[in-house]
Amino acid sequence: MDFRELKKNLKKDHSSFPTLKVALLGDSATQFLATAIKGMGYERGYHINLFEAEFNQVERQVLDQTSDLNEFDADYVIIFQSTHKLIEKYSSTVLTEQSNLCNERLDFIKVICNNVKGRIIYYNYPEIEDTVFGSYANSVSSSFTYQLRKLNFELMNLAQERSNLFICDLQSLQSKYGRDLMFNSSVYINTEMLLSIDILPHVSSRTLDIISAIEGKFKKCLIVDLDNTMWGGIVGDDGWENIQIGHGLGIGKAFTEFQQWIKKLKNRGIIIAICSKNDEDKAKAPFELNPEMILKMDDITVFIANWENKADNIRKIQNILNIGFDSMVFLDDNPFERNIVREHVPGVTVPELPEDPGDYLEYLYSLNLFETASYSTADLERTKQYQVENERVQLLQSFTNESDFLKSLNMVSAVKGFNSFNKLRVAQLSQRSNQFNLRTIRYTEAEIEALSLDNDYACFSFTLEDKFGDNGLICIIILKKDNRETLFIESWFMSCRVLKRGMEDFTLGVLVNYAKANGFKKIIGEYLPTAKNQMVAEHYSKLGFNTLIGSENNQYELYVNDFISREHFITEH
Amino acid sequence: MNNNEILEKVKEIFRDILDNDEIELTFETSANDVEDWDSLTHIQLIVAIEKSLKIKFTSKEILSWSNVGEMIECIQTKKSA
Repeated sequence: MDFRELKKNLKKDHSSFPTLKVALLGDSATQFLATAIKGMGYERGYHINLFEAEFNQVERQVLDQTSDLNEFDADYVIIFQSTHKLIEKYSSTVLTEQSNLCNERLDFIKVICNNVKGRIIYYNYPEIEDTVFGSYANSVSSSFTYQLRKLNFELMNLAQERSNLFICDLQSLQSKYGRDLMFNSSVYINTEMLLSIDILPHVSSRTLDIISAIEGKFKKCLIVDLDNTMWGGIVGDDGWENIQIGHGLGIGKAFTEFQQWIKKLKNRGIIIAICSKNDEDKAKAPFELNPEMILKMDDITVFIANWENKADNIRKIQNILNIGFDSMVFLDDNPFERNIVREHVPGVTVPELPEDPGDYLEYLYSLNLFETASYSTADLERTKQYQVENERVQLLQSFTNESDFLKSLNMVSAVKGFNSFNKLRVAQLSQRSNQFNLRTIRYTEAEIEALSLDNDYACFSFTLEDKFGDNGLICIIILKKDNRETLFIESWFMSCRVLKRGMEDFTLGVLVNYAKANGFKKIIGEYLPTAKNQMVAEHYSKLGFNTLIGSENNQYELYVNDFISREHFITEH
Repeated sequence: MNNNEILEKVKEIFRDILDNDEIELTFETSANDVEDWDSLTHIQLIVAIEKSLKIKFTSKEILSWSNVGEMIECIQTKKSA
């Protein structure tokens, strides 16, 4: 996708897409960047309502409470302060002050974080090596190189402290594509723009990666083929001991490194599934027996090896994991299989893997498939949790009566508000939940914290543990106190891992008890449809709510005194 | 490549970048004659021409042309150099 195509996207119809308000502030001209961001928004299914501040107004827009930026009330504020302008500032600074360059800029970025209401996407600084000291700049703390690298490093620290700050890593784009692609002097001389036309699709793509991740669109599962994708050779023909894998001369190390990458993704919380045309026992043998294999059976959540077509097998994987096709990536060396999957399972991302396995990794790096907006310990346990879910599915099949099955699980739920221990996980769940989500509001950690302190709201978090293990925090309900008598359900979302366990009935019981204890007479719920949450279209009517007459939206009400307790098998902890 | 062939090539690039198949160029055409040919699209056109013809203009050259003919003269000297 080149800039010309992105520009053409602006003429297309964006009206069916959700609108995001995005502000763009730069210390250089940004017209092309603005075009690229809007055009890339179309590619990702967003209508970007862009406010582009006038040239070089970053300070004024951020500091002045009455500025256009403040009026605009952006969901996202993109800030592009360039290395070019920074080096200019450095050059005009007196020698003794040069070692303060990083700290001074950092102080200003902290002010930005304090003053800007929306989420901030801050572009870090692609390096310019001015060669004033040569490599010796590494030993001189007042050198531009030293100050610049320190600034990029400190930005990482700041992003960990400020939950509304997201760094867009322009420096990593430059290390991938090179300074000469990043910067084009004639574009700069003639337009004051510091990003070349060729790098704009990459920059806008990385920007939209961050926005999409925050909006809840990101990859959760990696499905991988085996022969000539995971290892070299055909295990069915060559045998588990003769596949190409492992260090030493030859192609084996490409597969070793590829597996190391997958292992890192798994450790980060990406679910790994296998989809291979093979006999199952032969396909599993390398994982169980070959000592050179980095990935073991433990790392795999769903293992499908058979001779059926891959589109059906991927649907089967989707069915087990209960996640959207658009959160899945499928890697296969065979163009034929890739096309079958593209054609028959739309939504799944199917990268066009290069022919040479030695090129797999650098190619995959260029796609940045696994952007995320948060990271916590819950991510580490995800593989285990889905494996346990697989066991539960097996147990269910042994019962004829569903109630008996649910009883046998010995389910326990801890009900809590929001606190410093769970706020990150609550925010994450709001970002991840697409199907069981009544109003699909995404929250940041900072917003969750604010809600927990706001007396106009009552917040509930639910965990679920059973004899197979702990699912952790899986359901959130946020109630807004509309008036003394009425509670409005601002948010109700739940992980699809715990569907059909009676969690809905249990949580509603908790809400009704809360309402009664605090003198509220009715609870109002609302369903806002999205492309993905059809599952809960009938949620409130199923739970015994009545349609609210005269409401424009899908609103429902429940008088708590009319509530009849609903059977479930979950004990409150 | 003679000047007419270059003109033809440049016309294709103009049509593609400006997304308008009705653009006609002559050696006398200037920015005022073509809708959407402003200072911003100018640089987009330049970069596309550079890439397609594998040449590189200097910043001074880019600012010096007053019509398509002068641009093509400049391309010609680079291609025959």
